[in-house]
Amino acid sequence: MLDFIARRLVAIIPVLAVVAVFVFLMLRLTPGDPAAVIAGDNATSDQIADIRAKLGLNEPLWTQFAIWIGNVLQGNFGESFFFKKTVAELIAQRIEPTVALSVCTLLFAVAVSVPIGVLAAYRQGSVFDRVVMGFSVLGFSVPGFVIGYCLIYVFAIELGWLPVQGYVRIEVNFWQFLERMILPSLTLSVGFIALIARITRASVLEVLNEDYIRTARAKGLSNRVVLMRHALRNAAVPILTVIGLGIAILIGGAVVTESVFGLPGLGRLTVEAVLSRDFPTIQTVILMFSVVYVVINLLIDISYTVFDPRIRY
Amino acid sequence: MTSSASPSPSPTLPRQTGEVARSAGGGPVLEVRNLTVSLPKGADRTNAVEKVSFTVNRGEIVCLVGESGSGKSVIAFTVMGLLAKALKPTGGEILLEGENVLAADETRLRDLRCTRMSMIFQEPMTALNPVMTCGEQIDEVLSTHTNLDANARKAKILGILARVKLPEPERIYHSYPHQLSGGQRQRIMIAMALVLDPVLLIADEPTTALDVTTQAEILKLIAELQESQGTGVLFITHDFGVVAEIAHRVAVLRWGELVEMGPTEQILARPGQGYTKMLISSVPSIHPQHRGERKNAITVLRTQKLGKTYTGHGFFQKARVVKAAVDVDLDIRKGETLGIVGESGSGKSTVARCIARLIDPSEGKVFLGDTEIATMPAGKLRPHRKRVQIVFQDPYRSMNPRITVGDFITEGPMNFGLGRGEALARARRLMETVRLDPNALDRYPHQFSGGQRQRICIARALAMEPELLIADEAVSALDVSVQKQVLELLDEIRQRLNLAVLFITHDLRVAAQICDFVAVMSKGRVVEYGPAEQVFGAPRDNYTKALFAAAPGRHWEFGKFAAA
Repeated sequence: MLDFIARRLVAIIPVLAVVAVFVFLMLRLTPGDPAAVIAGDNATSDQIADIRAKLGLNEPLWTQFAIWIGNVLQGNFGESFFFKKTVAELIAQRIEPTVALSVCTLLFAVAVSVPIGVLAAYRQGSVFDRVVMGFSVLGFSVPGFVIGYCLIYVFAIELGWLPVQGYVRIEVNFWQFLERMILPSLTLSVGFIALIARITRASVLEVLNEDYIRTARAKGLSNRVVLMRHALRNAAVPILTVIGLGIAILIGGAVVTESVFGLPGLGRLTVEAVLSRDFPTIQTVILMFSVVYVVINLLIDISYTVFDPRIRY
Repeated sequence: MTSSASPSPSPTLPRQTGEVARSAGGGPVLEVRNLTVSLPKGADRTNAVEKVSFTVNRGEIVCLVGESGSGKSVIAFTVMGLLAKALKPTGGEILLEGENVLAADETRLRDLRCTRMSMIFQEPMTALNPVMTCGEQIDEVLSTHTNLDANARKAKILGILARVKLPEPERIYHSYPHQLSGGQRQRIMIAMALVLDPVLLIADEPTTALDVTTQAEILKLIAELQESQGTGVLFITHDFGVVAEIAHRVAVLRWGELVEMGPTEQILARPGQGYTKMLISSVPSIHPQHRGERKNAITVLRTQKLGKTYTGHGFFQKARVVKAAVDVDLDIRKGETLGIVGESGSGKSTVARCIARLIDPSEGKVFLGDTEIATMPAGKLRPHRKRVQIVFQDPYRSMNPRITVGDFITEGPMNFGLGRGEALARARRLMETVRLDPNALDRYPHQFSGGQRQRICIARALAMEPELLIADEAVSALDVSVQKQVLELLDEIRQRLNLAVLFITHDLRVAAQICDFVAVMSKGRVVEYGPAEQVFGAPRDNYTKALFAAAPGRHWEFGKFAAA
């Protein structure tokens, strides 16, 4: 087990190195001069050249990379061109809404999708099953911002139950925080629920045909025990996998959802940074998302052993 | 609840011994009357089971025998109320100690399961939940059906684990199924089924998936437990060896109908019906016949110190080494059949795969004629590939369902440069050789039965005009009457084409009938090797002796019927 974790941690290094190179190159090779952006519309070419020199943009590409990666390894992510703050400060300011949104979405989505997936599998072919499957196609194909605006229109504007936009920090007022989390989480959950419900249904269906389910029924166990204790735990591995993969979708979805609901999170920070060619911020955010993604998938792989004793690394 | 005349079993009281129970038994434990179970529309017949009646008395083992599709498992599942939704009991009744279970609702059925009637299944490998410990799985039975507290339950479980003769009950209690062998898992299933002393045990092919020595132990265990508890057992099998070994009475089924029923001795020695006779005479004899020797024939295959070692890699751990085959020396001459027999994990399939170079041997040499192929690089090996062909065990999975039989047979020869016309002509000839209609070449595999598919697989192998044909458990998945036909066909082809055959099997009876020479393998080594007559007649190795002693029904000469 420790052997496995050690090997996986070592394997993360090349993955992140490749990500780092890509992130660095991608931004350098896109057209547009960040110095010109910083200097503004009325700047002279001397001023721009001055800024370029200050930012180190005149150095050869590999020197820029070496300086950048050296700093990153020391925990120095540089200073934002645009926001005039260190990137670390910037991210610290913006991380809370994104984490809150992701956690709420994850909890809500799993709490809803797993039970309906199990039930749909148990009642395969029934009306309930068909409704769930229909929803999952729909939830997958409707873009997040459409769902977001529809929810705002119905619940915030027409019914007036919830606020339209904005964010209140959790320590300031919990209820106001929760109120403002409901619609964004709901929006972001839809696709996620569709995905997990579908996979849950498929893997539970497969497990229900297994011999040990027949054994469990031959023991005289109730349907609930057969489903929850025998079927679901055996179906857990593919479900966990898709939850892990889904977190990538979640991060992408957060960008759109935060914009729709005016949440000052990392998603919106990314959009702002991209629009203003703020290299240090973009690089750091992408790098951070990569680390989060890799670590979550490692955790998911480890969690397999909890559900399936046959898996030993 | 309808209580029966016989003393009701209580989980906490010791039961009467088999003798007493048997004589004291009121009515039968199980009475099936005119049972009819219908198949869904579009099936090959209307009813899976039609008007079947039989009884199982206390302390009695009744065998339901039949080939696949005879409806024997459907009857078992109907009794338990575990029938697939598509199948519906449409007539008759099933009385469990007088209570009609066909009329019982789901709650009542749940109460009866494991307390009055229990079932064990064919595949111990998959019948247990892989993510729960064995102890937890037995505990579920107790916590569902009794009010015992945790300590009492645990004590009871350790007791039953000891009774089914599992070593170290405490360790087994905390083990997961994958940590146990097939035989041990079947013991867990038996413990689970019998922990509440049911009056009826249904055993659905419980030893079919097990090795022959394990099978003998499990059969003995079932017989012992049922005798001491006076349990009535409904034992489902296709194997007449097992029937001869364990049954008090036998019911023969065919296409859902009861052909005949009677005491074991009577059915085996003096069957009344032609079908029963045919079935019993299809069982291969365990005594080999004398076969002519071919001392002067050319050697087709020779292996020299052939070995295969698997190594697992670890970052920090020591590498695991598994020796699947060690120092295997074999040779086969033209027109000769060499059988490799052994239990699962003995290395017999590994050897076959090394010879066909489906896997690379790690030591030793393989000579095909004069060519050494064990270490030959893949590119050079290609032209030699056609010289060795394999027929695999499962005819259902070894054919691609989306290509026609014609393409299946001609693909190989065409790959080696034969024109389509010629290849098709050869395929038509071979279809006749394996006694199938040459006009069926444009059909798909699903349109054929298991036996027909295995014939097609043989035709495919022959289409390559091999020098050596490897049959890897090629008849093990077939019903006994079909098995007989395929064995005869293989032997006939061997004679006609003067083919060398390597026959891999776990079935001693089959080996006795088809092999000139036999190699017995155990733990990767050949422990005994010689002419079939000699190995079967006077085995020298202890393992071989144990293997033969475990063969079910070895004292019974099937098919020698007494005059009626």
